[in-house]
Amino acid sequence: MGKTLAEKIFDSHIADKPFEGTYVLKLDAVFCHEITTPIAINDLVSRGMDRVFDPSKIKAVIDHVTPAKDSKTAEQGKIMREWARRHNIKDFFDVGKNGVCHALFPEQGFVRPGYTIIMGDSHTCTHGAFGAFAAGVGTTDLEVGILKGVCSFKYPSTIKFVLKGKLQKGVYAKDAILYVISQIGVNGATDKVMEFTGEIVDEMSMESRMTLCNMAIEAGGTSGVCYPDMKTVEYLWPFIQKDFKSKEDALAEYSKWKSDSDAKFEKVIEYDLSKLEPMATFGNKPDQVKTVKEMEGTKVDQIYIGSCTNGRIEDLRIAADILKGNTISPNVRGIVSPATPKIFKQAMDEGILSVFHDAGFVVTNPTCGACLGMSNGVLAEGEVCASTTNRNFYGRMGKGGTVHLMSPASAAATAIAGYITNSKLFAGK
Amino acid sequence: MKNFKGKVLFLNRSDINTDEIIPAKYLTEITKEALKPFTLEDLKLDTFNPKTDLSGKAAIITRANFGCGSSREHAPWALEVNGINAVIAENFARIFRQNMYNCGMLAIELPKDKIEYLFGKYSGKETEIDIDVNSGSFIITSGGASEKISFEIDGFSKALVEAEGWVGYADKKY
Ligand code: SF4
Repeated sequence: MGKTLAEKIFDSHIADKPFEGTYVLKLDAVFCHEITTPIAINDLVSRGMDRVFDPSKIKAVIDHVTPAKDSKTAEQGKIMREWARRHNIKDFFDVGKNGVCHALFPEQGFVRPGYTIIMGDSHTCTHGAFGAFAAGVGTTDLEVGILKGVCSFKYPSTIKFVLKGKLQKGVYAKDAILYVISQIGVNGATDKVMEFTGEIVDEMSMESRMTLCNMAIEAGGTSGVCYPDMKTVEYLWPFIQKDFKSKEDALAEYSKWKSDSDAKFEKVIEYDLSKLEPMATFGNKPDQVKTVKEMEGTKVDQIYIGSCTNGRIEDLRIAADILKGNTISPNVRGIVSPATPKIFKQAMDEGILSVFHDAGFVVTNPTCGACLGMSNGVLAEGEVCASTTNRNFYGRMGKGGTVHLMSPASAAATAIAGYITNSKLFAGK
Repeated sequence: MKNFKGKVLFLNRSDINTDEIIPAKYLTEITKEALKPFTLEDLKLDTFNPKTDLSGKAAIITRANFGCGSSREHAPWALEVNGINAVIAENFARIFRQNMYNCGMLAIELPKDKIEYLFGKYSGKETEIDIDVNSGSFIITSGGASEKISFEIDGFSKALVEAEGWVGYADKKY
């Protein structure tokens, strides 16, 4: 019988099978950031085990709060910095070079089809967009990953999603994934791999696929995955050209990382998204989703465009297209955080940052910041934010604040109007 | 092994996420103990007040998908420093469940009807629990009456509880 993509990756990375159904996998990469890693480092030090399994496979960044906002965050950064130096971790990204982990690491070419990747961050599922098995883990798993290069998982079953049709103009990957989550619920894919296939996914850029896979965890998914194709090869080409004679060769090699036609899935779910409209969340769970039309008129105080979900160049271009020649409502404040320095530079060179600036947005350095309510745009009690991030949990962006998740296009339109509204209003003006 | 015996806290809601268990703004703390006063601070639940209802508890019984959201191991740690080493639920978010076992704590999954039964019979009453990992069962007691309920635990999870966590286990083996 055939295998799913995730099963193929598992079967090719076995370090141990200590118990029936439990797989200890060899890791191709361990990603680290300054919120969950310092405690792992401190624990290793206190156990007298301050070692790393392979410094070239460890990638580290300070991204959640950067530059440091207070003594405690400064200390977290310091622990990371000194650890990276001590262990000769070359791929360490500090102020000036740092950005949101799940945008930065793919951009640096650290993700490949067929890889196993862990990080002490739930949105690690993002990297499945390249046909990798990438999963968020806690600090203890991270610690063992750093020390031994292994991590335990249950053998995964996969839900295959077939996204059919063609997205309408003004409808994006974010709308598609919000719709999927609304259909299966926040517990709908718990312990499962979510495989995204179909014409809509084939059409998507790597950036859009990352947006899709990024939110797999919001349905409980262990990882989101897409099959590698020519777009994957094109994206990775600068990093892999020395390994392959041609792009076709690379594609032939990477094409093995897809599910067999006779693979056994937990479920296969098909959605025709041709008529899908822009979506937004209400309430405090990412499966509480309505159309933007239904949410029309909901007043907001802040607009946030950024994060590992929608802070990439494609997202900024889409938002800037709508903002161009407009100014944001005097009743709102707008914040845009390009996700990485490269994206920041691109946006600067393309005049996108000027568009944001002229519309009345503040442009911040690349960081997670407001997304998790730690810095750069924390909400006050009772305030409402239209946000391109991935979580609308109660208090997520600040105690007592409310978050409505949506696409960059809808967020930009909402910024101009001052209340939730459809981007069609402003597109092309 | 950790202590799995004591008073039960009932949290009657599904999808309690790790931001509710411990908000992100406390993730700059680098000791577990510092999380103690903020545990479940952002949990919106009519019948629950973190200031008074957490103290003296050893286990939580709740509904489905407990621990969803962020990967922060601060969530189990926050429970641990409050003396809570076991959570019983219909199911858990994968990362949270693994984090619990990685710390030598228990995340026990019971079928929906059993959870329903436990809520119906015990929530709102002084209830005590005594969990025996070896036999895969617990004794639940309230108002002088008690009963035994069994649960399933896989070999790996059990080994982690016995080793008091994954670091010790992995260091010996890999
Ligand atoms: S941008 Fe938000 S969701 Fe993404 S890694 Fe940062 S804090 Fe987490």
